[in-house]
Amino acid sequence: MPTLAQFLSQAFNGLAFGSLLALIASGLSIILGTLGVLNFAHGAMFMLGAYTAFVVLGHWDSFAGALALGALVLLSVGWATERGLIRYYYSRPKEDQILVTFGLGIMMVEAVRYFFGGLSQRVPLPSWGQGIVNLGFFIYPLYRVEAIGIVALLLLGFYLLLYRTRIGLVVRAGIEDPLMVELLGTHVRRAFLAVFCIGAMAAGIAGVIYAPLAAVIPNMGEPFLVQCFVVVVIGGLGSFPGAIVGGLVVGEILSLTTLFNPAYAQAAIYAVMTLVLIVRPRGLFGTMGRA
Amino acid sequence: MPRNTSDVDGKSSKNRKSLSRRSLMQAGVGVAAAGYLLRKGALPAFAAEHPALGTYPAGTTGSSVFVGGVMPLTGPYSSSGKDMQLGFEMAVDHLNNGSAVTEQIPTLKKGKGVLGKKIEFQVADSETKPDPAVEAATRFIRDNKAIMLTGTVNSAVSIAIEKLGQREHVVVMIGNSGSNDTTGKDCQRYGFRAQPSAYMAAKALAPVLAKQLGSNLKAAYLVPDYTYGHSVYDSMKQFTEKAGWKTVGEQLVPLGTTDFSSYLLNIGNSGADAFVNVAFGADAVSSTKQAEQFGILSKMKYVVPNISQFQAKELGAAVMGGTYGTQAWWWTEEDKYPLAKLFVAAFEKKNSYKPRWGASEVYIQTLVWADAVERAGSFYPGDVIKALESGHKVNSIYGEVYYRAGDHQMVRPVPVMVGKKPSDMKGPEDFFQILELVPGDQVLPPLADTGCKMPGIES
Repeated sequence: MPTLAQFLSQAFNGLAFGSLLALIASGLSIILGTLGVLNFAHGAMFMLGAYTAFVVLGHWDSFAGALALGALVLLSVGWATERGLIRYYYSRPKEDQILVTFGLGIMMVEAVRYFFGGLSQRVPLPSWGQGIVNLGFFIYPLYRVEAIGIVALLLLGFYLLLYRTRIGLVVRAGIEDPLMVELLGTHVRRAFLAVFCIGAMAAGIAGVIYAPLAAVIPNMGEPFLVQCFVVVVIGGLGSFPGAIVGGLVVGEILSLTTLFNPAYAQAAIYAVMTLVLIVRPRGLFGTMGRA
Repeated sequence: MPRNTSDVDGKSSKNRKSLSRRSLMQAGVGVAAAGYLLRKGALPAFAAEHPALGTYPAGTTGSSVFVGGVMPLTGPYSSSGKDMQLGFEMAVDHLNNGSAVTEQIPTLKKGKGVLGKKIEFQVADSETKPDPAVEAATRFIRDNKAIMLTGTVNSAVSIAIEKLGQREHVVVMIGNSGSNDTTGKDCQRYGFRAQPSAYMAAKALAPVLAKQLGSNLKAAYLVPDYTYGHSVYDSMKQFTEKAGWKTVGEQLVPLGTTDFSSYLLNIGNSGADAFVNVAFGADAVSSTKQAEQFGILSKMKYVVPNISQFQAKELGAAVMGGTYGTQAWWWTEEDKYPLAKLFVAAFEKKNSYKPRWGASEVYIQTLVWADAVERAGSFYPGDVIKALESGHKVNSIYGEVYYRAGDHQMVRPVPVMVGKKPSDMKGPEDFFQILELVPGDQVLPPLADTGCKMPGIES
């Protein structure tokens, strides 16, 4: 049996990784909830954020700068994608939407491979994130602790945007019943652009934050995309609180399962997803009849 | 070498003349070779009766033959794949147009393709997964009548392709594959592996580890959860425990994992003195980076039994310095093997970096195959396989190498190395110091232990 210290260290690790998943998944979830589009390019957008961090930090030693630029780059990518591509697909079958975003993701990955090559790029830890902290029962990389704080702040900002602004109100109303919002005289489609941009930004910012932690390669978004689908299914399609809770649940399952049998960690998240689908098909925070 | 006069498209008299000149030179190399040539001299009459087998003779009737490279150009092992592709292109170029390297190999001196036929080639993306790899290889066989396949990174992919080769009767010169199963329980008559098996690498590495790091260490492992990972783990465990080490943990992770934090926490808590990381490619880079951030690399000795081609370049010498491990080949072997020096020079001139072992493996495999075809005097797979199995030693970029007939493992040296600290590097790519070049025959597994039951040529 694992000791209490081991259990606590894995529980904390689950929180750290889960919060990052929550940030990426929240973008995926609100796009799905509002636009009804399952964005398969979301993982590639996460990757674009990481490459932005690589480029910015290679020239300029400012992590805040990398975050800002990562947000800006993905905002632009989101804008161009929605205006140039996605809006033509709102009324097309789901399969078309999946295919077009899937293809878009491949194009982004291959474009990055063309310009940067397939070798992984090194993104240094910011100077304030180097070293290890002693958290009583265990030691943990300082940057990962700080990342929890950064992600929490971003999620708070995200929450305020969705729940305390007019655009957020339209978005949330759009998730619940787009037809009714249209009938009430609000142009939902205009809100769609905003939602897509915000969703892309969430992925991009998460990419910037994660860049110093992993091999920055063109395909780095793929495993995250898959895990985020699980998060969204567990949390409930289109639900912002669902994405956060789902992210933390998946993070904890991944972490805690390794205490007992590391080989089953990945399988365990699918087992839980299946369980949720059986017991509560709309997800933990989903409401009936939503897209 | 007396030539197979019934060669499918018939030899021009000019061709025959140049071939007989070459036989004379070959006869000069020694009695053994001469004896071999005499034996082969009896072949033509027999060769005429070759039945159609695989892509023979369909793929050999024109003025060129096709060879296919199936390599991971995307996915976690894509950096190996790119290196391999460049090695493959260079091998084909050298065979078609001659080079300083092929100049040193008697059968390949003329530099006009193989058996006078130009070599055409294509490279397909395996995506580091067995299914797309098999699809691409099948296309090469069906559409291009490929006479040989190479490439393949990842043992699961390599085994899938050699099985396809057996089924379709096409020779597969395997690229990166470290699993013991590749030439063990999954061995195929049509599959040949140049890379040292996990067993060979571990047997070469473990005594060096015990000598350099101490013989009473406790080791924790990070293991990719497929045939390659399991095989390396088993062999490393076997030989390090023989040297006095204890095994205190095994973390199985799926291929393509990005975040290793929970596994690394367990390794940090395992009480180990040595962290043995079996992850490969981008997974190796991510896990090493994260292990460093978790303080594991400063707390424990770091061992990577099979160091990825670009791992040191991607992580930097500051992280990889002091790392112990093996590779299939490292470019400073050029100090020992003249052909390696020629190969490194040619490769660097063309591609502006030092070739890694992925490029070296596909390069050597393509040349060794061509040498076997020339010696066999025919593209008939049965003859080519027998020529590869004959124990004939080929001068190569790994020194003199040959294939063991019983399991199709190349007998070649295993370099055991340690990462250099930035201050010890003599150039931007001088990442490793070779501690020992262990001769292949000293570390081969006994044939009976491999579990290889070699299928027949026509089965």
